[in-house]
Amino acid sequence: MKRYRHAASGILVPLAALGFWQLLSTMGWVNATILPSPMQVLIKWWAYLRPLEVFDPAQGSYLAWCFSGELIQDALGSLYRVLVGFLIGGGLALPLGLAMGYSKVAYGLFNPLIQVLRPIPPIAYIPLSILWFGLGNPPAVFLISIGAFFPVLMNTVAGVQNVDSIYLRVGRNLGASRLTQFTRIILPAATPYIFTGARIGMGTAFIVVIVSEMIAVNNGLGYRILEAREYLWSDKIIAGMFTIGLLGLGIDTLMSRLSSRLLRWHRGLEQG
Amino acid sequence: MTDMAMNSGSHISIRGVHKVFQSGGQDVYALKAIDLEIAQGEFVCLLGPSGCGKSTLLNAVAGFSLPTSGGIDVEGAAITEPGPDRGMVFQEYALFPWMTVEQNIAFGLQIRGEAKEAIQARVGSLLELLHLQDFRKRFPKDLSGGMRQRVAIARVLALDSPIMLMDEPFGALDALTRRNLQDELLRLWLELRKTILFVTHSIEEALYLADRTVVMTYRPGTIKRDLRVDLPRPRDVASPAFNALKKELSLLLMEEQNRHEQDEFKGAAVD
Repeated sequence: MKRYRHAASGILVPLAALGFWQLLSTMGWVNATILPSPMQVLIKWWAYLRPLEVFDPAQGSYLAWCFSGELIQDALGSLYRVLVGFLIGGGLALPLGLAMGYSKVAYGLFNPLIQVLRPIPPIAYIPLSILWFGLGNPPAVFLISIGAFFPVLMNTVAGVQNVDSIYLRVGRNLGASRLTQFTRIILPAATPYIFTGARIGMGTAFIVVIVSEMIAVNNGLGYRILEAREYLWSDKIIAGMFTIGLLGLGIDTLMSRLSSRLLRWHRGLEQG
Repeated sequence: MTDMAMNSGSHISIRGVHKVFQSGGQDVYALKAIDLEIAQGEFVCLLGPSGCGKSTLLNAVAGFSLPTSGGIDVEGAAITEPGPDRGMVFQEYALFPWMTVEQNIAFGLQIRGEAKEAIQARVGSLLELLHLQDFRKRFPKDLSGGMRQRVAIARVLALDSPIMLMDEPFGALDALTRRNLQDELLRLWLELRKTILFVTHSIEEALYLADRTVVMTYRPGTIKRDLRVDLPRPRDVASPAFNALKKELSLLLMEEQNRHEQDEFKGAAVD
C-alpha cells in the first residue's frame, strides 16, 4: 500500500509538467515549431519507431522487419559504438590501472602523463580524431574510448591502492605467492572500485557517442536529432532526446544491477 | 647445535629481541631485550596496557615485522618471513569478504595445492568442529562477530599449523560471546595440542586461558613478570585462588598503565 502511494507521488511532478506543457501548446502560447505539444511528440515518436515499409516476407524475417524502424536502427548504431568504444577504452584502462595501483614504479612512470591528459575533455579530441580517422565509426569509437578510459583507469588505480593491508598480511600468513595474492586478494578486493569506474565510464561513453554522432557519423541518435533540426522538426528532436534519456537510464540500470549481482558479498558491507 | 641443545623442548625461542622505531628523530624501544621460551603445546598469554609492545612481539613471531636485533627460532629454525606454520588470528577477523565461509577456510589449502576432495573433506570437518555447518555458504558480512572469529580460527586450523598466534582475537566481542569462544578455544587446544601465543589486555582472559601469563611493561617493552597459572581447568573466575592472581596482576598492570598515562600527559604538555 505504502509502496503504491510512493509510486503515485513519484509520477505527480512529471504529470504536472506534462500537463503544463500540453497547456502551453493548446492555448497557443508558444509556436508549435519552437515547442510542439506532447501529443505531437508522441505521434512523431511512434512514426520514428515503427518500420518504414510494409511487411514483405520476401525481404526477410518478421523480426528483422520489426527492428527496421529508423529509431531502432539509430539506437542500435549508437549502442554498438558505445559498446565497442567502452570495451576498447576500458580494456586498455584495466590492465594499466592494475599495474599502476600495484607497482609504485609503474605509477611513477605513467601518472604524470595521465594527469596531464585526464583533464582534456574527450570532446576536445574531435579535431584530431577526424584528422586521424576521417569520418564514420572509427573517430566516434576513438572518442568514446577516451571517454571510458579515464574513469575506469582512475578507479582501478584507487581500488588496488585501497586494498586493506590486513588482507595481504593474511595472504602472506597463509603462504600465498605474489601471483596468488594478486589474483585472489588484490583483484577481488578492488572490484567494487573497478565496477564504479566502469559505470562512470559507461556514462561518459554515452555522452560522447551523442556528440561524436553529431560530428562524424551519419546515423545514430545524435546524428538524427541534429538532422531533424535542419528540417525544423522539433517534435522529432524531442522524441530523439527522450529516446537518448531512456537508453541512458536503461544502460545505467543494467550496469548497476550487474554490479550488485556480482558484488553480493559487498552490499551493505559498510554498515556491517 | 649447542643452541638447539640448550633450547630443547622449547617450540618458540625468543632471544634478546629488540625492536626500535624511529619517532621524531628519536629511537623508541617498542621491545627491549625480550627473552622468552615457549614449550610445545603451551598456552601463553601476553598481557599489558596498549603500547607495551605485545602486538609488536606477536608480529615479530609471525614474521610480519622482524626484530631490529636478536632472534626468534621456531623448532630451531630462525624466522625470516611469515608462513603457514604460524597461523594468525586477528582482532579484526580479516576474513576475505568476497569469499564465503567455506571458501575462506579452503583458501590456505588451495594455496598449498591440495586436491579438491581433500580440501572438501577438511573444510567439512572444520565446519563441524566450529559449529559452522549452517553458515558455509554465507558471506562474512552476514555473520556476527563471534561467527566471523570462528571462521578465522577455522581458516588457521585448516593448515594444521603447530603454532597459533592470536592478536586480541576476542577483544571486539560482547562478554557472553567472548566467554563462549574462550571455552571453545580451550576445547580445541586440549584436542589439538597447538602452541598458542595469545595477546590480550584483559587480565581475566589471560588467567582464564593461559598456562603462563607474561606481563609486559610500557615503553620500553620488556617482560615485567612471567607468571605460571597452575589453576585446574575449567577455571572458576569466582574462586579465591583466581581472584588472588587477578589482584596480583592488576597491581602490576596498574603500574604500567600509570606510566603510560604520565607519558601521555608529558606529551600533551610538550604540545
